[in-house]
Amino acid sequence: MAKIIGGVTTSHIPAIANAMANGLEETPYWKPFFDGYPPVRDWLNEQKPDVIILFYNDHGLEFFIDKKPTFAMGVADEYYNSDEGWGIPTIPPVTGESELSWHIANSLVEDGFDMTICQEMKVDHGLTVPLNLMWPGHNYGHVKVIPVCINCEQHPMPQPKRTLALGQAIGRAVESFDDDLKVVVFGTGGMSHQLDGERAGFINRAFDIECLDKLVSDPESLTKYSNYDLVELGGAQAVELNMLIAMRGALLGEVTELHRNYHAPISNTGSGLMLLENK
Amino acid sequence: MASQGSIPGTIMLDGPMATKGYPLNKMCYSFNNASARDEFRTDEEAYYEKFKLTEEQKQAMRQRDVIGMLEAGGSIYYLAKFAGILGLNVQDVGGLQTGMTTDEFKAFLVKQGEV
Repeated sequence: MAKIIGGVTTSHIPAIANAMANGLEETPYWKPFFDGYPPVRDWLNEQKPDVIILFYNDHGLEFFIDKKPTFAMGVADEYYNSDEGWGIPTIPPVTGESELSWHIANSLVEDGFDMTICQEMKVDHGLTVPLNLMWPGHNYGHVKVIPVCINCEQHPMPQPKRTLALGQAIGRAVESFDDDLKVVVFGTGGMSHQLDGERAGFINRAFDIECLDKLVSDPESLTKYSNYDLVELGGAQAVELNMLIAMRGALLGEVTELHRNYHAPISNTGSGLMLLENK
Repeated sequence: MASQGSIPGTIMLDGPMATKGYPLNKMCYSFNNASARDEFRTDEEAYYEKFKLTEEQKQAMRQRDVIGMLEAGGSIYYLAKFAGILGLNVQDVGGLQTGMTTDEFKAFLVKQGEV
């Protein structure tokens, strides 16, 4: 049987891609951020997951607001990055896993989550930055990735209550897959940040820490928040916390926090790296 | 969902704003293509016409008025692609919106990250 062995929260901001492309990891600005990553990389290299299910939001590469899926997932064997318009390097293709993807898609729709199912899907920095953070030098080709994309751009967006339930449904879907696969779930983005408006630059460290704590011990309590609450408490783009919440939903077993590194600011955001084991 | 304008300094991209902003956002989405960026640089006014921007949107674009673009329905995810054409990053854009220099805005971010 397939088994979800753990979950990771990580930032996915594009400035990270530029920092890595330019070798800035050891500079004073970036060091406190990148220093958090080796324990997570080591764990991944020890555990050798076959599949990563990766929650992210598209920022206007694959999806425009002409047709904006609330929840979309890829079922392809390969995904491509492309020009996002403002100059982060385009990176090599990402390997997919169509068989498990289709199993999850079937299970989700049966379970009441009417996914947009994508056989082609350009993946943007929301997906590629976390992969390159975990396997620097774009050495992620060996791991199979299933992208799950949540609308974080145009209201109405799915609420935390719904994204937690989506994660739980994905957790059940994986556990009902016959092949022996090791799966790790990534929840990417966040944490508090606001890019737009006179309130731009808003960061709420205390709220971010509280969210990380609750993600470990009491994820259900985060469903008391609406997206409006997330915007008020964490800034306009803190709705990306929904990806972290979905990740946690997929961990149905006994969860232990193995590692954490919170650092703010990175670019305009609070960055929360956390590694959770699921037994 | 609470109403527009209830969080100070924040414009929600909800249905009505997304409808209003559609031409502007569609234009900025096109900037994913290098040829579109070149076409824009060659003749901005013609490019506004191509996407049927409203007068409010054209004015905000001409004046490089980010808050004006947001008020005209712009989504920051697409406006960021326009900012890229101008060579601006999100700290530059943050400064433009808050009346700070980029360095002041960066210092503001650092202060908020402190324990």
